[in-house]
Amino acid sequence: MEYVSPEGLRLDGRRPMEMRQIRAELGAIAKADGSALFEMGNTKVTAAVYGPREVENKSQQLNDRALVRCEYGMANFSTGDRMRKPKGDRRSTEISLVIRQTLEACIMTHLMPRSQIDVFVQVLQADGGTRSACINAATLALADAGIPMRDLATSCSAGYLNSTPLLDLNYVEDSAGGPDVTVGILSKMDKVTLLQMDGKLPMETFETVMQLAVDGCKAIAKYIREVLQENTKQLEYRRGL
Amino acid sequence: MRDMKELQVSLNQTQKVRLQTAIQQLEKFTARVSSSADASVTVAETISVNHEEGVLKGHGTSEVDGEIVATLCGVVEKVNKLVYVRTLRARYKPETGDIIVGRVIEVAPKRWRLEINFSQDAVLMLSSMNLPDGIQRRRTATDELNMRSIFEENDVICAEVRGFQHDGTLHLQARSQKYGKLEKGQLLSVSSYLVKRRKQHFHHLQDYGIDLILGCNGFVWVGEHVEVRDDMITDDQENKPELSKPNFKSMSLEEQEQTYTPLDTRQNICRIANAVRVLTSLGITLTVDVIIATVEMSKTLNFDIHEMVGAEFYVQVAEKEVERRSSSTKKK
Repeated sequence: MEYVSPEGLRLDGRRPMEMRQIRAELGAIAKADGSALFEMGNTKVTAAVYGPREVENKSQQLNDRALVRCEYGMANFSTGDRMRKPKGDRRSTEISLVIRQTLEACIMTHLMPRSQIDVFVQVLQADGGTRSACINAATLALADAGIPMRDLATSCSAGYLNSTPLLDLNYVEDSAGGPDVTVGILSKMDKVTLLQMDGKLPMETFETVMQLAVDGCKAIAKYIREVLQENTKQLEYRRGL
Repeated sequence: MRDMKELQVSLNQTQKVRLQTAIQQLEKFTARVSSSADASVTVAETISVNHEEGVLKGHGTSEVDGEIVATLCGVVEKVNKLVYVRTLRARYKPETGDIIVGRVIEVAPKRWRLEINFSQDAVLMLSSMNLPDGIQRRRTATDELNMRSIFEENDVICAEVRGFQHDGTLHLQARSQKYGKLEKGQLLSVSSYLVKRRKQHFHHLQDYGIDLILGCNGFVWVGEHVEVRDDMITDDQENKPELSKPNFKSMSLEEQEQTYTPLDTRQNICRIANAVRVLTSLGITLTVDVIIATVEMSKTLNFDIHEMVGAEFYVQVAEKEVERRSSSTKKK
């Protein structure tokens, strides 16, 4: 199948290096300490952060740092064909783990000993790149909850189809079976915290694809920063003196 | 924006425009009065310190390659050489002497555990609170067995932060009659940055017969006024029937009278609570003056209690806040 037309346009009309439209909103869930809604094109994800709070299970308590827990869930209605088992499948467990590890790398857990931070991410609409969207949403929610972090962790995916590197794959491109690289970076420190790839790629191409994904991450980081800045200003203005 | 997420208000077109202008004006006032608005930072943003030597890094900062970098979203504050980031939306950070409101979640040996919106549960030791009879003595095993007669699970309590123990647990104390169980009222939990540390956190609103406690941890108590002094003497006798679970059938008329809250007091509680709700969803700092002004406004403009959490009142409170700030800046 042709994923990039001779004119250089993808199935949804984007250029190969183009990202889908991103949109973020803070405070989507009133009860949570921090929450965010993140959209990448048709992929829509909410994240809620509770904590730092008292550890529920005392045997898991860590005396030198905070315990970070993460739960990833996909709504039954998020994909075209209705999902049978919404929770507890291997895919969800794996993504929960990936998100947790990425976030743990950037949260300054040693500042909050003997406490736990719960992150819940829920996919409302899945259209490829849910992993990345979840990490971005979780970062925003953590920043909203006022949890100290070393840097903003952002994530983006890229693929290689029809011998063209493509940024931010959607569902159709994702299910094409080509190689698919998901990268998570700490934008300011220029460190990679997550790197996953399905399929195989020659070394040279891999580097260009990964660079593309890293550039995508940086663009997302820039946007996230703007959203946070605006939110902080608003809160300060309204609070008064 | 996060407006109205807490209150599900739907504004019509004119109300939206009015709210927007009000918020823009608030923005102007803050920008004019202080430069703090420019000093807002986000995570991993560099804080410029003008190459000063020997800068002290405070909360919310870290050093990366010789630069000071924020680890939180908030406002940069500089005190002499100390540089720190003051967070806005975050959990409560206790300081010794803070007056807080909390909820008992566990009765443990010699102590109560309280939820206070901190990263851990706070501990109130039996020995760090006054006994109901007011006698100073060693706590015996009997006292320990009777702990549930003082506070039970899910009771709302007002106490003071005593400090951190060496093992990092937070201890509270309640060594005065003004602290203790709170009854007949509403508990509201707001973001802790909206409550500033003041000399006074207990407020007796005489016009309404209401006690208002603005806990530093963001828990706000609105309840019927209780006389502190009388309570101390009669506490022992009075509380006895309540201990055995208030049961209206078994109570005599006299006892029912004691637990009865008159209708207008209850309405006042709701009015004040709704004022707090509107103010917090707008993100305005809670002070007694502002709360009372909001309540008064709702009365003069003939808003019913339930209308106070509606769209029209929401916008009017925002406009009123603009008015208030513009008059306060003129005075300066």
